[in-house]
Amino acid sequence: MSNITLDQVRKVYAGNVEAVKGVSIDIADGEFIVLVGPSGCGKSTLLRMIAGLEDISSGEISIGDRVVNKVDPADRDIAMVFQNYALYPHMSVYKNLAYGLTNRGMPKSEIDRRVKEAADILEIGDYLDRKPRALSGGQRQRVAMGRAIVREPAAFLFDEPLSNLDAKLRVQMRVEIKRLQKELGTTSVYVTHDQLEAMTLADRLVVLNGGNIEQIGAPIAVYDKPASTFVASFIGSPAMNLIETVSDAGGLKAKAGTGLQGGNPGGLQACTVGIRPEHLQVVEAGTPVGDGLTLTVKVNVLEPVGAESYIYGTIDGGGAPVVIRIESHQTYDINAILTLHAAAKDVHYFDAETGRRIES
Amino acid sequence: MRPHFPCDGRCAGSAPHICHLHVRGDTMKKVQFNSRWMPYAFLLPQLSIVAIFFLWPAAEAVRSSFYLEDPFGFSSTFVGFDNFTDTLTSSNYARVAQFTAVFTVLVTFFSLALALLLAVKADKVLRAGSTYKTLLMWVYAVAPPVAGLIGILLFDQHVGPLVDFAALFGWKMQIGVNYFDTSFAMVVISVWKQIPVNFIFFLSGLQGISRSVQEAANIDCRSGFRRFWTVTFPLLAPTGFFLLIINVTYAFFDTFGIIDVVLKTEPGNNPVTLVYKVYLDGFRGNDLGGSSAQSVLLMLFVFILTIIQFRLIERRVHYS
Repeated sequence: MSNITLDQVRKVYAGNVEAVKGVSIDIADGEFIVLVGPSGCGKSTLLRMIAGLEDISSGEISIGDRVVNKVDPADRDIAMVFQNYALYPHMSVYKNLAYGLTNRGMPKSEIDRRVKEAADILEIGDYLDRKPRALSGGQRQRVAMGRAIVREPAAFLFDEPLSNLDAKLRVQMRVEIKRLQKELGTTSVYVTHDQLEAMTLADRLVVLNGGNIEQIGAPIAVYDKPASTFVASFIGSPAMNLIETVSDAGGLKAKAGTGLQGGNPGGLQACTVGIRPEHLQVVEAGTPVGDGLTLTVKVNVLEPVGAESYIYGTIDGGGAPVVIRIESHQTYDINAILTLHAAAKDVHYFDAETGRRIES
Repeated sequence: MRPHFPCDGRCAGSAPHICHLHVRGDTMKKVQFNSRWMPYAFLLPQLSIVAIFFLWPAAEAVRSSFYLEDPFGFSSTFVGFDNFTDTLTSSNYARVAQFTAVFTVLVTFFSLALALLLAVKADKVLRAGSTYKTLLMWVYAVAPPVAGLIGILLFDQHVGPLVDFAALFGWKMQIGVNYFDTSFAMVVISVWKQIPVNFIFFLSGLQGISRSVQEAANIDCRSGFRRFWTVTFPLLAPTGFFLLIINVTYAFFDTFGIIDVVLKTEPGNNPVTLVYKVYLDGFRGNDLGGSSAQSVLLMLFVFILTIIQFRLIERRVHYS
């Protein structure tokens, strides 16, 4: 069993800076967990604490039912893939892969078998004699992965492993990491600031903000029901439209601008409403509001990206910015006023003060 | 500085102007001078220093190594290779060469090893690290003869704490009288003087090793000792190779001041290095020809040593 349990884990640096504020996560055996959040949210610190590269200020981390707070990184049975790959520059690719095994006193024949096997999986068999400096970025990335695979550890830890690759390679490696992880069935913790990487890789997402967990859940669940305005704006691209509203007798009104009308199902005082760009439909002006929301938006920019297009606009009367996804090849005039409708089931409500989700 | 020259006309259709990109048919990488003698003029001060203080004395040494000069410098006789054969067949010269070899190996080894040990430890100090490092570098500012003097005080027959310390173990040190004791003092003082230089280089070398590589090694290897020899040490090799050359040169030539102070210019039967013997034979023994021959041999030796070092060791050193 190689489940990982984090129980009220905290990290306080000198000067009383609290980087991680009491985080608890239960990671099941074989699960792929992605820690995602903006820089400075504590995700890397958390990963490094699991690896044993940072001390744990308080709380408990267990790997496979063993508390590892005081266990040496080499004895935690984990393998880590670093952002800059951290290959040993003076060793050949073969030695880079074999190093962790040799140090654990594994017989030569077994090391050789594992290195060859990993090299086959990652297609780096031709470079085994080369030094890392003679490899391209993508090849180095594969060697770094290989170094983790040969160990056959209880868990893989990934620290933004794709951020040094170009866009095309990043997509390719992303798919490959996911395939490998499923094949090997090794528990994995992956840190990234890229929400797309997080969405595509994770079995479960952990969204972190300022050292706290904002939300844990399956990517699509997080996408469908973000727990806070922070998660709503962080997961999904383009981000969810967030509009501050106030309520009056007729329902919800935009705080700034005039172009928002909607029912107030929860009888809320003031709240932030959230609508994904793909949930806004362009409708004829004067269509009845119904139980959803109706917006009138002035078009500022039309952005075709090929498979679809985006309208960047503002709520009529000088309100909040709004992004609408439309089908590709559809065009609208700049400065045109559009009427948009969102169905009630697609509207998210967040507390105006705390930003937490309000279930309606 | 960017050159300010008229554009050669590659800026299409524009009027004559000063251009940073198209200078006289070349890009801005290459600065052109108005006179072809200008660059040589800039080099002249450096070249003349090399010529006056290195090439000329070296040539003079080579010349006088073929002559037998009378002690007062009034006349000299060409003697061919006699000075060289005399030197090389002398048993005294062989003895001094042997001592120099042992001295150099000991001084180089211990000053490198101790400096590396201190640098590795200092690199791990978290609290008051810079104070610690500054203290270790202090000796660097001490001039060799002063270091020799301080060393002499430490090894003094009557008040030297190191002599007293040795006496506790029944070792009656007699610096300047006993051959072994004197050599011991020379080596200790020379090593002590050289450690700070090596320490500074090793420390900066250590700090140049990528932190994530060391962390990867932490995960791959439990034993800190093994980690040091398999990852840290090989990555320090470029620094170590550079320091090896610096230290051999130091032990050979720059220890002159320390040896002189330890011997109080009265060598007697005490050990001396080849460089010190050049001085003794030339200026105390007034044998300028023999002394010059020895310098020429030293020059050749250093020349060969440098070639061997670069050929053999550089091949095994990883430069990232």
